[in-house]
Amino acid sequence: MSTSTDTIEELANREYKYGFVSDIEADAVPKGLTEETVRLISRIKSEPEWMLEWRLRAFRHWQTMEEPHWENVKFSPVDYQEIVYYSAPKPKKVLSSIDEVDPDLLQTFEKLGISLDEQKRLTNVAVDAVFDSVSVATTFKGKLADMGIIFCSMSEALREHPDLVKQYLGTVVPYSDNYYATLNSAVFSDGSFCYVPKGVRCPMELSTYFRINAENTGQFERTLLVADEGAYVSYLEGCTAPMRDENQLHAAVVELVALPGATIKYSTVQNWYPGDKNGVGGIFNFVTKRGKCAERAKISWTQVETGSAITWKYPSCILQGDDSVGEFYSVALTNNYQQADTGTKMVHIGKNTRSTIVSKGISAGRGQNTYRGLVRVNAGAENARNYSQCDSLLLGDKCGAHTFPYIEVKNPTAKVEHEASTSKIGEDQIFYCNQRGISTEDAINMIVNGFCKEVFRELPMEFAVEAQKLLGVSLEGSVG
Amino acid sequence: MTATIDTNNKYAEDFDRLLAARATGEPSWLTRLRRRAFCSFSELGFPTRKHEEWRFTPIPRIIETPFGPSRSGAAPHDGDAAAYSFGELGGDQIVFVDGYFDAALSSIESSADGVRVGSLAAALADDPGALDGKLGAFAPVEGWTFSALNAAFFADGAYVLIPRNVVLEAPIQILYLSTGGERPTVSYPRTLVIAERGSQATVVESYASSSGELYFTNAVTEFYIGENAVVDHYKVTREGVGAQHISVAQVEIERNGRFKSNNITLGGSLVRNDVNAHLAGEGIVCVLNGLYMARGKQLVDNHTFIDHANPNCESHELYKGILADRSRGVFNGKILVRPDAQKTDAKQTNKTLLLSKEATIDTKPQLEIFADDVKCTHGATVGQADEEAVFYLRSRGIGEEDARSLLTYAFASDIVSRIAIEPIRQKLDEALFTEGALQGIR
Repeated sequence: MSTSTDTIEELANREYKYGFVSDIEADAVPKGLTEETVRLISRIKSEPEWMLEWRLRAFRHWQTMEEPHWENVKFSPVDYQEIVYYSAPKPKKVLSSIDEVDPDLLQTFEKLGISLDEQKRLTNVAVDAVFDSVSVATTFKGKLADMGIIFCSMSEALREHPDLVKQYLGTVVPYSDNYYATLNSAVFSDGSFCYVPKGVRCPMELSTYFRINAENTGQFERTLLVADEGAYVSYLEGCTAPMRDENQLHAAVVELVALPGATIKYSTVQNWYPGDKNGVGGIFNFVTKRGKCAERAKISWTQVETGSAITWKYPSCILQGDDSVGEFYSVALTNNYQQADTGTKMVHIGKNTRSTIVSKGISAGRGQNTYRGLVRVNAGAENARNYSQCDSLLLGDKCGAHTFPYIEVKNPTAKVEHEASTSKIGEDQIFYCNQRGISTEDAINMIVNGFCKEVFRELPMEFAVEAQKLLGVSLEGSVG
Repeated sequence: MTATIDTNNKYAEDFDRLLAARATGEPSWLTRLRRRAFCSFSELGFPTRKHEEWRFTPIPRIIETPFGPSRSGAAPHDGDAAAYSFGELGGDQIVFVDGYFDAALSSIESSADGVRVGSLAAALADDPGALDGKLGAFAPVEGWTFSALNAAFFADGAYVLIPRNVVLEAPIQILYLSTGGERPTVSYPRTLVIAERGSQATVVESYASSSGELYFTNAVTEFYIGENAVVDHYKVTREGVGAQHISVAQVEIERNGRFKSNNITLGGSLVRNDVNAHLAGEGIVCVLNGLYMARGKQLVDNHTFIDHANPNCESHELYKGILADRSRGVFNGKILVRPDAQKTDAKQTNKTLLLSKEATIDTKPQLEIFADDVKCTHGATVGQADEEAVFYLRSRGIGEEDARSLLTYAFASDIVSRIAIEPIRQKLDEALFTEGALQGIR
């Protein structure tokens, strides 16, 4: 690896590379949340009446709910009236080409390393970039449209394909699901929508970069992916956000619908601002991600979580149809005062359903890393099969690694296996490498890479590289 | 809801009556402990499924039944004392009926080397100050409803003291029998085992009854394992089919102490076992083994908690469950490794065999680790008998039913074969077929 000289220490001490604020005038609604805010958001986005009704139902339900407190993380309470619920870059005239996009914006993306024209020319990736809350540019749209694939922002989908959205929105994560999902349902600003028609194999990795920009703006995206019968789609989501001193709330909802025989692969690299090394600032990342599998369908979640002050997410699979498959591969790194409570839920409902969970947690500094997972086999799920593995690596003596795996089995034909281990890099392992002429740095580099390999190999190529860079490899000073 | 309030009031009345009756006889520190415990119970109330620790274990019969306090002098059911004892093991045997000491059924000989085995109530009467700071010092009355209730209400129990460097070869048997009368009653067996520095002993605790009535056993056992002391503990639960059994074993282990627990559950309608070990020094080895077999509509819940508070300790845990019919099993194994507990080696395994379509298991192994130089693993499996193993046996002329029984037996005997005392192992081996899930096998 070219980054083999990076060290975790460096990563730990490094200033957040993506911490800059771009001065783009934002068109924001006043902060605070009332029914009026919800109506205003819906009006700005000229949504159909049923959408507003849905939002209002969610909002009214949200008012009756209490913030959950079972998670294994600590944070100061969020003042929901201090948040700006909608912020969009000043509206421009309809863009016909990428050249018309605000140069400031383009520059921001360039600093993030995802220059749109670069992407367009060199890679085979269609980018739907969400800047704060409104989608500013979408590429490769024509090519996808030829195949009948719809890939656009949620606002656009609501205008162009309201029936599809209406049919699937909230079917996996209902508006009343949980506190943050309900909040999202009431105030979501934008997000991505994708529909892959019957039997179509999406020829490229679909990709969205989310970015939180305007200060005090909670970002509430809503993503809905539908793969019709026999379709295949691979979706990439990458995140970076600028440095802030105030905590920002991020409560997203992702819904995946895999119809019979369809396959959805959803990959995430999350690198939001984690707060400084004293634990000040950083993003609160409270996300609800869930997929529903019909017969023979497959949903695969891969995530690399290195950012955010607090990560609280459980990408889940509801294996409803017979012979459906759910997968979850995760690497979560917590450093400094970061806290992560993440894992998955695999709910086996159909017969012969299978699920695999591979979770790798790395804790450094004063980071607290929690794996929380549920494997539930319902009474009707004959021959369900689950294999779970969650490993933790501890670097330093101030951090913590925790596992809370719940296994609930109501069918005797189920085979459920769970394995977990926690360890540090052994002195004997280092010694073994040293003895063979491998320096300590390279040895640690090698071991950490090996530790995460099972997950990285599930990532699309370009993400795998980014993920390895993010993790840092050589871990100076973590042993001895 | 009203039922809860009614039963809480009932406990308050019972408590006032108990204090009045014992006002003169008991040392003041104990009365203070009881008051503190009852206060704690009043604050906590009974846990509901909203409590994480009780999420899979509803206890409506405990909450709603107005259990009356058990009375002394009851005679156990015919043959119970003989059936549930492990026979002549060469050591003392002390028997309680409904939580009260039964001198006639007990046989206590040893007093050599200062060993004490006997009734807790008698020990308190002999020397009221001696147990101050020991009894109730390990199982906290705060934060846990059932240890609070026990501390507030217990009448008697076993007290075992093994002085410095005394090695007891023969196991000590403690047998808690219940009669389970027409009216539902509750007993509060309380056991205190103190193994002083360098001593060694084996303690066999049994809770049993052949009664089919509803009754409630709320047991608390406290262990103090001194430096270099070695204690083997057996807890065998063979309660009656209507029994609600809740027990807490709280174990305090000092430097280089060895503690091994074997927790076998066969009977009872609802059985909840909590085994909590606090590793208070370095070089400790703590082994927790368990086997539970449930059938009918039994619910068996095993919670273990190992607190690795110090470096260089080892813990090994193996719990196995066999669930038949409509029974439910719950396992929650928590291992906490505190920030300074470097070089901890903790291993936990939970395996469950489901024999029927209606049986349910909820298992949650839980690791919380705050130190970096540790080796911690846990594993959990759930499944039915291996079809290939069944096929192998059938291909050798063994009928399907027999093949399955054999495999189930093999699964259970993994734990039973770890039992070091021959008569106990034999008796339990038999019990697997007469009382355990093997009986109901198809």
